[in-house]
Amino acid sequence: MAMFAKDDLKATELTLGLPGCARGNKRALANDTNEEPKSTNNTTPDAKKFSNDDRENAPPTKAQVVGWPPVRSYRKNCFQAKKTNAEAEASGIYVKVSMDGAPYLRKMDLKVYKGYPELLKALEDMFKFKVGQYCERQGYNGSEFVPTYEDKDGDWMLVGDVPWEMFISSCNKLRIMKGSEARGLGCAV
Amino acid sequence: MLRMASSFPEEVLEHVFSFIQSDADRNSISMVCKSWYEIERWCRRRIFVGNCYAVSPRMVIRRFPDVRSIELKGKPHFADFNLVPEGWGGYVDPWISAMAMAYPWLEEIRLKRMVVTDESLELIAKSFKNFKALVLSSCEGFSTDGLAAIAANCRNLRELDLRESDVDDLSGHWLSHFPDTYTSLVSLDISCLGSEMSFTALERLVGRCPNLRSLRLNRTVPIEKLANLLRQAPQLVELGTGAYSAELRPEVFSNLAGALSGCKELKSLSGFWEAVPAYLPAVYSICPGLTSLNLSYAAIQSPHLIKLLSHCPKLQRLWVLDYIEDVGLEALAASCKDLRELRVFPSDPFVAEPNVSLTEQGLVSVSGGCPKLHSVLYFCRQMSNAALTTIARNRPNFTCFRLCIIEPRTPDYLTLGPLDAGFGAIVEHCKDLRRLSVSGLLTDRAFEYIGTYAKKLEMLSLAFAGDSDLGLHHVLSGCENLRKLEIRDCPFGDKALLANAAKLETMRSLWMSSCMVSYGACKLLGQKMPRLNVEVIDERGPPDTRPESCPVEKLYIYRSVAGPRFDMPGFVWTMDEDSSALRLS
Repeated sequence: MAMFAKDDLKATELTLGLPGCARGNKRALANDTNEEPKSTNNTTPDAKKFSNDDRENAPPTKAQVVGWPPVRSYRKNCFQAKKTNAEAEASGIYVKVSMDGAPYLRKMDLKVYKGYPELLKALEDMFKFKVGQYCERQGYNGSEFVPTYEDKDGDWMLVGDVPWEMFISSCNKLRIMKGSEARGLGCAV
Repeated sequence: MLRMASSFPEEVLEHVFSFIQSDADRNSISMVCKSWYEIERWCRRRIFVGNCYAVSPRMVIRRFPDVRSIELKGKPHFADFNLVPEGWGGYVDPWISAMAMAYPWLEEIRLKRMVVTDESLELIAKSFKNFKALVLSSCEGFSTDGLAAIAANCRNLRELDLRESDVDDLSGHWLSHFPDTYTSLVSLDISCLGSEMSFTALERLVGRCPNLRSLRLNRTVPIEKLANLLRQAPQLVELGTGAYSAELRPEVFSNLAGALSGCKELKSLSGFWEAVPAYLPAVYSICPGLTSLNLSYAAIQSPHLIKLLSHCPKLQRLWVLDYIEDVGLEALAASCKDLRELRVFPSDPFVAEPNVSLTEQGLVSVSGGCPKLHSVLYFCRQMSNAALTTIARNRPNFTCFRLCIIEPRTPDYLTLGPLDAGFGAIVEHCKDLRRLSVSGLLTDRAFEYIGTYAKKLEMLSLAFAGDSDLGLHHVLSGCENLRKLEIRDCPFGDKALLANAAKLETMRSLWMSSCMVSYGACKLLGQKMPRLNVEVIDERGPPDTRPESCPVEKLYIYRSVAGPRFDMPGFVWTMDEDSSALRLS
């Protein structure tokens, strides 16, 4: 627990560089770690890089075709992310969430969310801010707030680059960056 | 012959006609002669309108002045998969307004894929004194306020069924609007609602309605409360549970099991959200009489499913998730010899890798072991021509065969070739096939088979299939009984469509999205076929801002005697006779 406290102080320290600068900005490499979906979807002209209908602003976790497979929306919400072993369902993935300028941190259970849109909405509700529009190339546009997370390597990554499952298994903590620091991370290198 | 027809008094003919309920027969009667047409139209009580834009309310009312029951369908089927943009249409308000004045004795309204408003619901509640049944299937646009109006005013209401509708659920309070004097409820389906409702109000409602036969609860009704409800309604024939999960507590379990065993008429079970295996045995006592079981919301693994199904020898309909796996379907084939309909839904449709051990083998087992099986919806990740041929030979009595191989254009996993021969076997052997959905890698050859053999086919769904216009041509020219054709992401263009334009007037509708039909061809079709509404749906903006040869995003063509509609949103254009894109707004 003491370890976490130390890290938090570090996060609020005044620095001139971007977080994670000491180890170089890993964001440029994030795309390499994206899993390419094992399907013929990407090679066909008909494959569209649209997300699922109910994730309009979300970064796509794989190239999904609108309305395919033909499953009604109310079914999709039911069983996605259902785990078959009871232990997995019982234990949550609780991570600390900080926002630049907020007096105290919060804790969230990442298992509760089925994907990025839900998580981002929850963050927006919790801290009363609006996140910008995500695009793969440039990160979040249109807001001074940028959601980031610390991964298992200790690097600060942009939320949304990697597939959801990979994200929740590698996320140590979340940080909503604000202001000039955020802009630095959010823009294309 | 004329003399014979007019020598029968009208009352006698009317009485004879009253025994004839089927629409097709009624239509035939009305064409015998003018006097039969007149007599028949005055005594037709039930109307079915398969496409709400095919005819206008005014025309229906003018011909049939005394209707008691009406069924209307709105959006095309592919709206279920979000292919029809929001705001496309399907509004029921004009129908309700017209009928409120013309049919004061209207008893039943059944709607599918239509946009319903609270205003309409309030109008229904006020206008029809003997209103008995409201079925809103996959509808949207209304809230629980509208439901409150229905509950408060429809004293003779028997059926309120909201299946799969998207309701603006403001609160569960609407249920309390049923007055204490109201006792005529027979069927209630509120499974699509999200809010918690006053359990006391629900219990009292159930308790005072002795004719209640069908009760489908929503997810918020906890399993602990189910037993009390059942004790109030032991005469139930159909039950949809709420969330079927809790920590295993012996007293809750035995209370539930006891209450269920008291429901001796129970034939159908559904609900089972978040079901846990521990509580499944509570239903064992009624399983021997069960004919319909919907476990498609329950993430239950195959061993538990096998055990449950072994208690259900009379099962006719099963809806289940692919957690049942091949081994479970094999057990199903052995236990449930009376099975008529099977639907296997995917538990994780968006991953390419299989998450369960469900393959073509499961379907082969069931088709082999269940002699009465005639309707199938099956999601899987691999298929072979050999399996399809075996299935077709085992089960020539299929009337509805819908196969969805999750990855588009998946070939036969054994030969790596197209699945043409397999689907060819299906249409060749299953001579009574009325509905077919194909998937996997398919060439024009598959459509040649369909056109050649599927003579009784009425509805066909295609996706990511075919090579050229020839494919579409085979279907349109060969399938004599085709009524509904829906196509997405197929390389079909202008030639087949224009060559078979006349065929389109014999069908209810044609949907094509992400195909290769040009704007020019749409205009031509609209021009040449005045009795078709050719609607171009394109969210990129007006089609005449692009070259004529540019393919349209989506196309919906349907026959209509009402002419073009005037309630279209900004992204829909009707191709009119004067060869301009018509849109009045």
